[in-house]
Amino acid sequence: MPEGLWVKCDGCREIIYKKEVVLNANVCPKCNYHFRVSARERLTALLDDGKYVEFDQDISPLDPLEFKDTKPYKGRLKDYQKKTGEKDALIACRGTIGGQPVIMAVMNYAFMGGSMGSVVGEKVTRCAEAALRERAPLIVISCSGGARMQEGALSLMQMAKISSALAMLDDAGVPFLSILTDPTTGGVTASYAMLGDMNIAEPRALIGFAGPRVIEQTIRQTLPSGFQRSEFLIEHGMLDCIVERSKMRDVLIHCLRFMTSDQSAQAGSVTPFMNRD
Amino acid sequence: MSEELFEEPILDLERKIEALSGTGDDNATRNRRLQLENELDELRKQIYGNLSSWQKTLVARHPKRPYTHDYLAHMMEDFVELHGDRRYSDDPAIVGGMAVFRGEPVAVIGHQKGRDTKEKIYRNFGMPRPEGYRKALRIMKIAEKFGRPIITFIDTPGAYPGIGAEERGQAEAIAYNLREMAKLKVPVLVTVTGEGGSGGALALGIGNKVNILEYATYSVISPEGCAAILWKDPKMSKVAAKAMKATAPELAKLDIVDEIIREVPGGAHADPKGQAVLVGETLARQMEELSALGPDDLVRQRYDRFRKLGVYEG
Repeated sequence: MPEGLWVKCDGCREIIYKKEVVLNANVCPKCNYHFRVSARERLTALLDDGKYVEFDQDISPLDPLEFKDTKPYKGRLKDYQKKTGEKDALIACRGTIGGQPVIMAVMNYAFMGGSMGSVVGEKVTRCAEAALRERAPLIVISCSGGARMQEGALSLMQMAKISSALAMLDDAGVPFLSILTDPTTGGVTASYAMLGDMNIAEPRALIGFAGPRVIEQTIRQTLPSGFQRSEFLIEHGMLDCIVERSKMRDVLIHCLRFMTSDQSAQAGSVTPFMNRD
Repeated sequence: MSEELFEEPILDLERKIEALSGTGDDNATRNRRLQLENELDELRKQIYGNLSSWQKTLVARHPKRPYTHDYLAHMMEDFVELHGDRRYSDDPAIVGGMAVFRGEPVAVIGHQKGRDTKEKIYRNFGMPRPEGYRKALRIMKIAEKFGRPIITFIDTPGAYPGIGAEERGQAEAIAYNLREMAKLKVPVLVTVTGEGGSGGALALGIGNKVNILEYATYSVISPEGCAAILWKDPKMSKVAAKAMKATAPELAKLDIVDEIIREVPGGAHADPKGQAVLVGETLARQMEELSALGPDDLVRQRYDRFRKLGVYEG
């Protein structure tokens, strides 16, 4: 959200009093456009009393490939760290939602487009492992252009690492809710963002595997309007629901109640009926 | 000489040898032929021993590079191809089925590119749609059901970026494969044979062992894509190819691959049959090694293998 008293809405292009937007969960009161918000703002809005306890906050990125494009990766990292006050693009924490303890991993788009390198991969994996140990539901909020090119194939391997941890969570019957926000594309979509017991999106979020520009260049056609937006995905069966930001907390509480009854907590240890005596 | 034309001296020499074949069978000709063949071996060793990252990218994409069907033909017996995802269609960019490898029934799955224009289009240049990944997983589950090892060959520019692919859940298909491959209770042996193009490659890549051919590449994006995004200049592809550290020795250093399979002199395309022997030897040894692990150990070993990947501080 830009500085100043007034903001221009990217949805309807209207100039709006900023306070009005902030009080409306960072959603345009005129056209319902969901402004991009930081990971910490999301956590404050979703968790009980806006409180959370961060962990693994000291995990920081390195430069294993000594990568340099128009600028060295190391320099880029420093710039983003200074700009955002964060070490990398994801915050891991514990908190409660409607009294239910949860593990949360929330991506920060402001840090290098929310790109996923070794740090994001390691932190999401640790979140999944913590969720498994504590049998606490895992909630991941994605907001990312995809894998981080500056860490090469290591970024790609994070998709494998996280998905393997989610496999264990799935087998153990521990809930995993994936929330997809604008934008969620590339390797993030093609791994954890699409693997939730529920995949929930904010309205009009760009969600896809390939970016729209890449598709246009490949097929040499203009893409239909609304392509790869939440509403397009739900129409094609890829999402469970689209939830407005102001209603997200309530929906999470309802889903968690369904998924954390005493019975489902036992799901991993249920004996198959054939083996019962 | 331009970086792309590194094979020209080899082709020249091959042409000279070819020209000799119609010129009689006297001692002088035979000696000349032997001499040229020795020169050719030396030249191949010299040129292939000094390939740049970009040149390796080109070798990995060589139009004569052996593909999954070539490895099947040279390494396996009694292949029965299985088609379709049982949901929507069959995707010819991925082939898979049941085969016999050194006397043992195995499932084989791999990307498949085409040789001529018609087949290239039919195979969609080895770029799978969601159906391909769903078929692949279906075959893997059959292998698991009957306790058979799974062998995969990776060679794709990437998953197909198209409207239909997005509509039918390209991202979901890849993601689901990653998670479900992690659970497989049979040995999974992965070999990157050509281009390891991003998520579209990884979706067949969650193995107990991950091998790569000496001149194959494996990365998060193609050099062209990387150049377009980070440099905003497609002409920087060669620079991007180097920067991404996507060659076999560089990947081995980061533990992304377990083993580099040596290529025959002049690259796999110079002798696909000989290359299949080298790949087969590695796979046979690894299958033997993994046969000591029970179903749960295999899942654990695979988890630990990927769990340790990543470089960070703190």
